[in-house]
Amino acid sequence: MSAREDILGRIRSALRDAPVAPPIPRDYRAASGLGEEALIEMLVDRLVDYKAQVSVVEAAEVPERIAELLADARSYVVPAGFDAGWLAGLDGGRRHVDSISAPLSLAELDSIDAVVTGSAVAVAETGTIILDASPDQGRRAISLVPDHHICVVNVADIAGILPEALRRIDGTRPLTMISGPSATSDIELERVEGVHGPRRLDVLIAR
Amino acid sequence: MRIALFATCIVDAMYPRTAQATVSILERLGHEVVFPPAQACCGQMHVNSGYLKEALPVVANHVEAFSSDDYDVAVAPSGSCVASVKHQHPMVARSCGDTALEARAAAVGSRTYELSELLVDVLGVTDAGAQLGSYFPHRVTYHPSCHGMRLLRLGDRQSRLLRSVTGIDLAELPEADQCCGFGGTFSMKNADVSSAMLADKTASIAATGAALCTGGDASCLMHIGGGLSRQGSAVTTLHLAEILASTVDSPASVVGDVRVTTGKATR
Amino acid sequence: MSTFLGMPSLPVFGSGNLHATESFAKAARHELGNGQLRANLGHATHTIRDKRLKVVSELPDWEQLRDAGSAIKESVMARLPELLEQFEEKFTARGGVIHWARDADEANDIVTRLIRETGETEVVKVKSMATQEIGLNEYLEEQGISAFETDLAELIVQLDHDKPSHILVPAIHKNRTEIRDIFLREMPGADPALTDDPAMLAMAARAHLRRKFLNAKVAVSGANFALADSGTLAVVESEGNGRMCLTLPDTLITVMGVEKLLPTWQDLEVFMQLLPRSSTGERMNPYTSLWTGVTEGDGPQNVHLVLLDNGRSAALADEMGRSALHCIRCSACMNVCPVYERTGGHAYGSTYPGPIGAILSPLLTGIQSEENSSLPYASSLCGACFDACPVKINIPDILVHLRSVDVDSKRGMKKVPSQMDAGMKAASWALSSGKRLGLIEKGLPIGRLAAGPDKKITKLPGIAAGWTQSRDIPAPPAQSFRSWWAKEHRSPDVKEAPAPTQQKEDQA
Repeated sequence: MSAREDILGRIRSALRDAPVAPPIPRDYRAASGLGEEALIEMLVDRLVDYKAQVSVVEAAEVPERIAELLADARSYVVPAGFDAGWLAGLDGGRRHVDSISAPLSLAELDSIDAVVTGSAVAVAETGTIILDASPDQGRRAISLVPDHHICVVNVADIAGILPEALRRIDGTRPLTMISGPSATSDIELERVEGVHGPRRLDVLIAR
Repeated sequence: MRIALFATCIVDAMYPRTAQATVSILERLGHEVVFPPAQACCGQMHVNSGYLKEALPVVANHVEAFSSDDYDVAVAPSGSCVASVKHQHPMVARSCGDTALEARAAAVGSRTYELSELLVDVLGVTDAGAQLGSYFPHRVTYHPSCHGMRLLRLGDRQSRLLRSVTGIDLAELPEADQCCGFGGTFSMKNADVSSAMLADKTASIAATGAALCTGGDASCLMHIGGGLSRQGSAVTTLHLAEILASTVDSPASVVGDVRVTTGKATR
Repeated sequence: MSTFLGMPSLPVFGSGNLHATESFAKAARHELGNGQLRANLGHATHTIRDKRLKVVSELPDWEQLRDAGSAIKESVMARLPELLEQFEEKFTARGGVIHWARDADEANDIVTRLIRETGETEVVKVKSMATQEIGLNEYLEEQGISAFETDLAELIVQLDHDKPSHILVPAIHKNRTEIRDIFLREMPGADPALTDDPAMLAMAARAHLRRKFLNAKVAVSGANFALADSGTLAVVESEGNGRMCLTLPDTLITVMGVEKLLPTWQDLEVFMQLLPRSSTGERMNPYTSLWTGVTEGDGPQNVHLVLLDNGRSAALADEMGRSALHCIRCSACMNVCPVYERTGGHAYGSTYPGPIGAILSPLLTGIQSEENSSLPYASSLCGACFDACPVKINIPDILVHLRSVDVDSKRGMKKVPSQMDAGMKAASWALSSGKRLGLIEKGLPIGRLAAGPDKKITKLPGIAAGWTQSRDIPAPPAQSFRSWWAKEHRSPDVKEAPAPTQQKEDQA
């Protein structure tokens, strides 16, 4: 008998008392009911709590702000689908573009200082940004290896609480949920920001 | 109201004054107390030690003793024993295959109350000083026992009653919600861990400067008091029923180095 | 073949790092003697308790989420075969490969074979309870394959040749100075100027592992959740070591217990609210990765999942104990447990310590396995674990249940009953009749005599010596309440309430 058949048989046998699957009570909150300003305020508060740097800017100011944040980066990478308009005013010499059809090597990514991506959706209550590897966010490796991640969040993509956010996501895409820069609580359960993932996270909330 | 007292075995044999105080409080409120003579023990020690088969006759005896229509509600000065009556008795009956006993046990459990629960929820006591004449001019700290807190969800019923005693100086116990380490046979089977838990509890009690530690469970108080006694501490333990029963004319006796607080009463 | 259709098979228990080798009480005694351990654990568990309470109190619907989480897990257990098959179909359709492992050995063999097929001799690992349970690292080492733990705490434990003592923070028993010393001693190229500042220690780990991540061809992980309706796997982490392992190598091998399934994507919204708040006391953990089979051009192109039984089906067969499989490994129960706080995780022997370990380990191995029968007694039944559990596993009730399984399994096996057996039998007789108890209480004055002039009993024999090791027993009263009541109520005119002081001398 294969291990599969054996294990499924054991499980069926273990359930010979035929337990009934109970109905799932879903009377927890399905939405926050917060307005746009409150959502922005909460998201900012939570991200700052995680030691991320946050700025809320008008969409027109995004290119300028990105340029400021990249001022000290010797090089940066953007996914091929990133809004080119947001990179206006940046010299192309420092720029690397990554895509599935033309991926950078890990060695190349490791030598790059910063990465700029968009985002799929954000969760105000938990300070979480979800990347779903869409063309404006790119392969998962690019937002991981460089030490500085600049992430643009459109105000329209801010959800109040997690259930609202997950409803907007296709769960079968490669997903990364990011809540602040990398951190650890492994030493005496005290949180320390900055381990293997990007140690610096800048979030630009674009109105 | 006709109230059946479940004294619990430990109070019956070791701390009769706690049961006497319970009777006194209830009679002062104008209720009649009866003592079903067939009662003995809730059987919790057996259940918690895994001896369900041995627990069954103890449970059956309790259910039989309290199945009478001769009373309105039953009360016990112990959160742990009441939790056992309510939660464990039907389980023991069920696991031993006695469905008739299970139903009767559930019926007994549904009209059994822990003392503070009965006083606050059923008898409407909100001010022990005014309604019971409770008077206890001492600095006291209070340990909320685990089963009252977590199985019966007594909340602040006991501490509210204590706070309303005239003259009392109630000192907040640090880490009050931490178990004292008793746990029935746990205190013997895992005596070292139990002793370590007890040492932290008695240190917290000492830090309050209270003369007495009170609570709603005689077993936990025996454990804490036994530790204090072994450490040579002057601090003692006293069941909250005895504090509530204490009056100006008939004060509860307390042993040890008890300072009477004057002018510092919180009430 | 001796398989008879329709015949329920006997439970098949698990193997691996699930066994205590000495009784809990004995192991606890060594650990209690370690003052540094006590101090480290006390500090860490109190820190995390406060954080958890703060973030849990922020959510107005915490109890509703717990109810939903509990019901979802109960439903998973009831539907497990069907959900496993559904998951397998979806995961396979997306290019993943499923392997089934009956026990620890089989799982270790599968992982070894998969690594060998890549030609590699080094793998990076994301912290995983399942691989800890099956002893994968030790097994791979025997096979000439080096497995590098990349979670900071796992790295600390691995460098120190120690064992994890907590499921979330395996090095919780070490303080910062001890960790600094381990790094200086064991980490190649560690900066001699390394201080015990946690931020600096984290940076040392980053530098140490960076090359490993960038060069790794094979990673081994566990999984926190598996969604049956989409074939998606999830890993919840903090440091980014998980993302490194799950994203950069060519081959990813995940080992996961069969109970980790969730029926639908929607269920994730419940568990991703429950888990981070219960484990690290954060609103959300820094990183969660989800993958569904293979995505062309993004992440590992060879994706495997080893579905592990190793005693889970046996635990499932225990109707009263099966909800232990609802556990999402958050560690909230151990962080609030007064026993764990004082003994630490090593005293439990198994990979799974604390209250959940005290039920899960004997359920997975069978209660008669080695010293695991002592684990259900490692609790005062205070109930703090049940209150903290995000999926409402009634740990105290299962502890009591397993105690009864233990007691029953030993009935009739001993030639001479233990003191506990004899005592319980005698107590059952005495305490099942008011008359008998009353008669015994007539002997209370003898106890008073035994107590002597100090009015306390300070030494008892046999199992009761455990009590008098640190506690006295007061001298019993001159008469029981029962006797007093009988005297007071013999004639109907004696109705006056007793003054509480009446027996002052008797009880003093």
